[in-house]
Amino acid sequence: MANLIKVGMADYKVGRSPSTLISYGLGSCIGISLYDPQTKIGGLLHIMLPDSTQARASDNPAKFADTGIPLMLNDVIALGASRSRLVAKIAGGAQMFAFANATDIMRVGNRNADAVKQILRRNGIKVIAEDTGGNYGRTVQIDLNTGVYKVKTIDRGEKDI
Amino acid sequence: MNDEYDLSPIQLDALREIGNVGAGNSATALSQIINKRIDMNVPKVALVPIEAVPDLVGGPDAIVVGVFLRIYGRAPGNVLFLMPQKSAFYLVDTLMGREHGTTKTLDFMDESALMEIGNILSGAYLNAFFSFTHISMLPSIPALAMDMAGAILNIILVQLGQMGDQAMVIETEFLAEDDGISGHFFLVPDPGSLGILIEAVGVE
Repeated sequence: MANLIKVGMADYKVGRSPSTLISYGLGSCIGISLYDPQTKIGGLLHIMLPDSTQARASDNPAKFADTGIPLMLNDVIALGASRSRLVAKIAGGAQMFAFANATDIMRVGNRNADAVKQILRRNGIKVIAEDTGGNYGRTVQIDLNTGVYKVKTIDRGEKDI
Repeated sequence: MNDEYDLSPIQLDALREIGNVGAGNSATALSQIINKRIDMNVPKVALVPIEAVPDLVGGPDAIVVGVFLRIYGRAPGNVLFLMPQKSAFYLVDTLMGREHGTTKTLDFMDESALMEIGNILSGAYLNAFFSFTHISMLPSIPALAMDMAGAILNIILVQLGQMGDQAMVIETEFLAEDDGISGHFFLVPDPGSLGILIEAVGVE
């Protein structure tokens, strides 16, 4: 595997073929990949929370869907991707622990997924594949040569979306 | 927010000492249950960047079993007891009187047993906080998950992430005498709780 680039929690990376971008162990977090199939340029963002306006000040815009997505979008376009060709794939947004009286914060996975889709739509980016929800963790990687977004789990195998 | 985390060396020492006593209680409880000596290290009390927390337990993709309890009361927070999968299986075999290596997956009874262990350890741990602060910390019913460490840690990190970029973590590592069992015990006070605990301890 040529050039595997790790993306941490609340972080994002952009790159071009033949790199692969990978992010490990997403629970309620969401991994958002952007990909331009013609230039083979793309990015991967690992967000934790939906909305920066509902949080206290943070120095890290990549932690939130609303600030992280535009940031990654700008970077992939700066690298040479075309906004009109960019497509998104998303995975994550689980609820890891089952609680009878789950508070909002324990259901943040759902809210993350909704926010991500809404923000992508607002930016004119189509979500062409999605693997969200459930109660299990995921490791995600985007192969910038093929645009294949691989989702790995512990008990549920792996799939390409 | 960050003022709360701006602790003096004496305050950090106090927290470490309480964590030490709590971990000692927990280790004693566990050691009596499984009839083996349990060693633990001096607790780490540290302010760490949120994204670095999974590295404390072997990286975000290490497979672990986590028992999570919410703490209610004047100083709410979360407790998370994390064990590598291998340790959890070993512990279950010990608890159920099975030969080591029998457990390959957790059934309902196994999960129940591990949650009970989480319950007992948390109770023992939180007792120490009560004796130093006289603030009751009441644990919820435990919940269990077996998955990637990063995914499991999400539950505590998300809450902290809403308030800032760093987490105050009181963390202890356990090791049984035969190396079969190791685990990490995390107490993560909610933003605001740490100040209340420190004030109750009464050190400056």
